[in-house]
Amino acid sequence: MVTITAPPLSPTTTRKRPSLGRASWVTYVVAFALVGICIGPVLYIVIGGFRTNSEITRDPSGFPSTWQVVNYSEVLKSSIFWRQVSNSVICGVFTTLGVVVLGVAASFVLARYSFWGRNAMYALFAAGLMFPMTVAITPLYILIRGLGLTDNLAGIILPQIAFALPTTIIILVPFLRAIPKELEEAAAIDGASRLGFFVRMVIPLSIPGVVTVGILAFIASWNSYLLPLFILNNEGSYTLPLGVQAFAAQYSVDTARVLAFTSLSMIPALVFFSLFERRIIGGLSGAVKG
Amino acid sequence: MSDSLGEGKLAVTSSPEGPSAAGDGARQASSPARRVGRSGWGQRLEIALLAGPAIVMFVTFVMLPVLLAAYYGFFKWKGFGPPTNFVGLQNYVTIFKDSTFRDALAHNGVIVVLSLLLQGPAAVLLALLLNQKMRGRSVVRVLIFVPYVVSEVIVGTGWSLMLQTNGAVNALLVKAGLPHWTVDWLSDPKVAIWSLMLIITWKYIGFAVILFLAGLQSIPQELFEAAAIDGASYWQTQRRITLPLLGPTIRIWAFLSMIGALQLFDLVYIIWGQYVAATAGTSTMATYMVVNGRNAANYGFGNAVAVVLFVISLILALTYQRFVLNRDTEGALTEGKK
Repeated sequence: MVTITAPPLSPTTTRKRPSLGRASWVTYVVAFALVGICIGPVLYIVIGGFRTNSEITRDPSGFPSTWQVVNYSEVLKSSIFWRQVSNSVICGVFTTLGVVVLGVAASFVLARYSFWGRNAMYALFAAGLMFPMTVAITPLYILIRGLGLTDNLAGIILPQIAFALPTTIIILVPFLRAIPKELEEAAAIDGASRLGFFVRMVIPLSIPGVVTVGILAFIASWNSYLLPLFILNNEGSYTLPLGVQAFAAQYSVDTARVLAFTSLSMIPALVFFSLFERRIIGGLSGAVKG
Repeated sequence: MSDSLGEGKLAVTSSPEGPSAAGDGARQASSPARRVGRSGWGQRLEIALLAGPAIVMFVTFVMLPVLLAAYYGFFKWKGFGPPTNFVGLQNYVTIFKDSTFRDALAHNGVIVVLSLLLQGPAAVLLALLLNQKMRGRSVVRVLIFVPYVVSEVIVGTGWSLMLQTNGAVNALLVKAGLPHWTVDWLSDPKVAIWSLMLIITWKYIGFAVILFLAGLQSIPQELFEAAAIDGASYWQTQRRITLPLLGPTIRIWAFLSMIGALQLFDLVYIIWGQYVAATAGTSTMATYMVVNGRNAANYGFGNAVAVVLFVISLILALTYQRFVLNRDTEGALTEGKK
């Protein structure tokens, strides 16, 4: 059954770790090469920001002869950069909050209520998984314009919440379903309503799943390009991805500064990812383990 | 591949006991809430209160636009005022007569197939290789996932700088003593699609490897022990045990990869821009839609392209679910219909 499931609430740490084969030197060589290929281009961007333009022109693939910080400091001093950072932060934070609040509530209903049309509701959200925003973007833009939300961060946040709901719900439903019935019974005996049970027990118990979907929503929002491209036309409302592109077009001769701007703009997503990497990759692993 | 994969459709799985809708309904019937005797209306109110906002958001911003596109697609419309110039199927005729669109469709086809062929086998081999006891395994897993986390804009900006004729890749080739390997990576139509595939593979292979690694860890160890006792060689074991059991994971990954490849937009639009993509042979249906719909302010036409893209994706998705996924798994779409 194709489902997107979260790691079960009961930790699988007791599970016997498979005794794997020992790695030979070939494995290390391949792993090393793979890592090099994966992070090489990222390092190129970061290191390129420490070089000068003439150096980049003379030897595009070399290291900085002296490490220049001027490119980075210029970007960090510019108000445009910080305005774009704050726009991206606002979009990311409100998208994440919206996804979590609406997603947990809807998942709770799907996981723990039985009612007519529940399967249809689940199918509705699941169908949303198959259609990324690309398909809907042209009419979505007209809709947002009709609502008067172009050049407005709300015009980014609302659709992003809606488009992140399918993944969120499909990850959270099994999570919430795994909360033992006994807990609900105990809460009922103690006089808690189902809503009380939701607030007092479900929300705290679903924190791990919520963190996973929250991070996914934040990173997706931080990196989102197509929607801002359509909705935000005024440079003052640009988010970082649009900003990076505009900056690269405007300073196309100043490669070093473009590289510095680009490196700085990827820091938050990378920091978030490395902080919660266990949860993201672990959640993925748990999901496939089923 | 704007948000397709990026939006975090991460954890797709085949789970043995997954949320079986029907079975669970039966269990829920005896749930404590029923026993404490809750009024039907109270429960309905709770459901509406909790699920209502999500449904409203989802229908407004995900479902409604697709319906609107179907409507607008029948009009010649510049996007201002209500559409009045009804042209029937004219937009669709124009789309399919346009060789630029057919080229874009062909590019999408090439990207779908090459993504599967380039990433699939390589990712399976890498996952098998990394699924061994080794120092720094968790570090490797994190680092190969980095390209997936970095945004398409950054990937596009970085790679387009590196792939310029006087960029870092050609410079490295010269340094490595391979000067005749240097090519015009981005504008030569014979090369550009391969450059795009290189970037796509770089960006998304980590996702496939992580997914397959997770799938490998779910294979019961006893099977390998039994195979070893029977004297199976390493490759026999992989072919007879690992690959079949990894099948469901591979099929899900292939599904996500195909849908993502059909919707590919960001990387092409950022690297090649709206004018060069078609001549360099990397344009996709999505870039065609944006260039000829929004950028040309032909919103009726743009919506018709959106409908075509939607229908093609839907047909692919349903066909794949029907013929490939249905044996070992049940699709998310069919979930509720049991």
